[in-house]
Amino acid sequence: MIQVKGLTKFYGKKHVVKEVSTTIQKGKITSFIGPNGAGKSTLLSMVSKLIDADSGEVVVDATSARKMKSNDFAKKVSILKQSNYMNVRLTVRELVGFGRFPYSKGRLTQEDEQFVDQAISYMGLEDLQQDYLDELSGGQRQRAFIAMVIAQDTEYVLLDEPLNNLDMKHSVQIMKILRQLVDDLGKTVVIVLHDINFASVYSDYIVAMKEGAVVREGKTEDIIESAALKEIYDMDIPIQQMNNCRICVYFNSN
Amino acid sequence: MRNQTKLLVMATLSVLFIGLYLLYDLNGSFEYALPRRAIKVLAMLITGASIAYATVVFQTITHNKILTPSIMGLDSLYQLLQTVLIFMLGSTHIALVNKQVNFFLSTAVMIVFALLLYQVLFKKGNQPIYFLLLVGIVIGTFFSSISTFMQVLIDPNEFLRIQDRMFASFNNVGTDLVWVALILTGILILWSARSHNYLDVVSLGRDTAVNLGVPYDKIVRKMLIVSAVLIAISTALVGPITFFGLIVANLSYQFMKSYKHNVIITSAILMSFVALIGGQFIVERVFGFSTTLSVIINFLGGIYFIYLLLKESRSK
Repeated sequence: MIQVKGLTKFYGKKHVVKEVSTTIQKGKITSFIGPNGAGKSTLLSMVSKLIDADSGEVVVDATSARKMKSNDFAKKVSILKQSNYMNVRLTVRELVGFGRFPYSKGRLTQEDEQFVDQAISYMGLEDLQQDYLDELSGGQRQRAFIAMVIAQDTEYVLLDEPLNNLDMKHSVQIMKILRQLVDDLGKTVVIVLHDINFASVYSDYIVAMKEGAVVREGKTEDIIESAALKEIYDMDIPIQQMNNCRICVYFNSN
Repeated sequence: MRNQTKLLVMATLSVLFIGLYLLYDLNGSFEYALPRRAIKVLAMLITGASIAYATVVFQTITHNKILTPSIMGLDSLYQLLQTVLIFMLGSTHIALVNKQVNFFLSTAVMIVFALLLYQVLFKKGNQPIYFLLLVGIVIGTFFSSISTFMQVLIDPNEFLRIQDRMFASFNNVGTDLVWVALILTGILILWSARSHNYLDVVSLGRDTAVNLGVPYDKIVRKMLIVSAVLIAISTALVGPITFFGLIVANLSYQFMKSYKHNVIITSAILMSFVALIGGQFIVERVFGFSTTLSVIINFLGGIYFIYLLLKESRSK
């Protein structure tokens, strides 16, 4: 369980995250949704220690994140950001191997190689593992980075808009894999999403943010309903039930 | 060819060149010529290793392959210091004539400057590293401008003395200073060698590195200071020559095709040995001392730099 207690962040004078408190349940997918500039990515970056919070605290399984060594934290919580520009040329396998860095400090053991093999086959990258990352398509690259996070073998996996720039097919593929991570391997996945229909279909819990604060949070079915969405997005969004999925038809709403 | 083989070939070449330089045309002058040549070789090994090391590290932490640590203004500071000394005290003063005094003074001034600069900038919180570089460029330009101003005012004979110091030269290095520099450089490189694995991850970018448990900001600060001190020592020993690092670092990336810093750094250091000692041999035996090595290095380095710029602009 990750407890977020009163996290606050200023960029200059701009108050981007305002004393946010929430709880992330173990073994579930929790999605963060909300309009652009709501502070979702900033919150995720603070939870994963990429940036320091101005005040507030993150507690991971009853230990304050601030008190954990960065290496121990990296065995517990992993984060994947939206842009992963790199200055070095790596093969897929080398990148996935970096996921074992918190354990082996760059010298892969037999056990590490096994984790790398598993992660690669989990993401279906066997045929691409010797290819260079800059020769891959966006979807393949994204899969390679997720494979790295899987090899890191953390209990908590945080992803910041992993579906960015992906087509429908690859988006669905990645969401299905995240679902499997939770259902088969018992991981906890936290994900920032822009497409509320993906949030609706795949997540267990949803936290909705707006202007730096949490406006709604709860089980998916409690958030994906017209009144709540009106509060979050200021739009009237009708919801249709299809094949047991709640689909938000927002394309022509006011 | 495997990377280990490549490194082995370069190491063999270095040893060959060292042997050639030491023994060529010696005429049995073991007591006189050999120790003098050995000191020169040692000076070249120290400078080559420091500059290669500092440049690779600097390029990794700035995520930029066409920068050299000279962007932080240390070279300009060295030039300014020499100019000010000659301007205020005259070229016969002990601070210029005595190599030891000049070495320790220059090293101290450059290290204090680098530490102060980093201290001030790091205190302001997590500034992006490009802000630091920008400050370095501005201060460096400021130093050069003052130097130029003083050099215009100075007596022409004194000006020649300054010019002498603006180009690196291995021809009159103090014997005892070489040992001091060797020890300092050795300690620094050994001390930071433990962080080479971290540097591999640092080159993946800040977000990925922090995710993988690397104390990113700490490593970047430590390595910035290490590279500044290395540059300070080698500049005070032989003069400004940082451009050279750009060549060996980039040749190493191209040649080794590896992301591992242990491999890249070793390769860059060995390449710098071959280039410096081989180059100095040619300067002495072929050109008969009619030019200095750093002139040749700046010439070739300039051509290679333009090639890199063209290549980078094509790949974008």
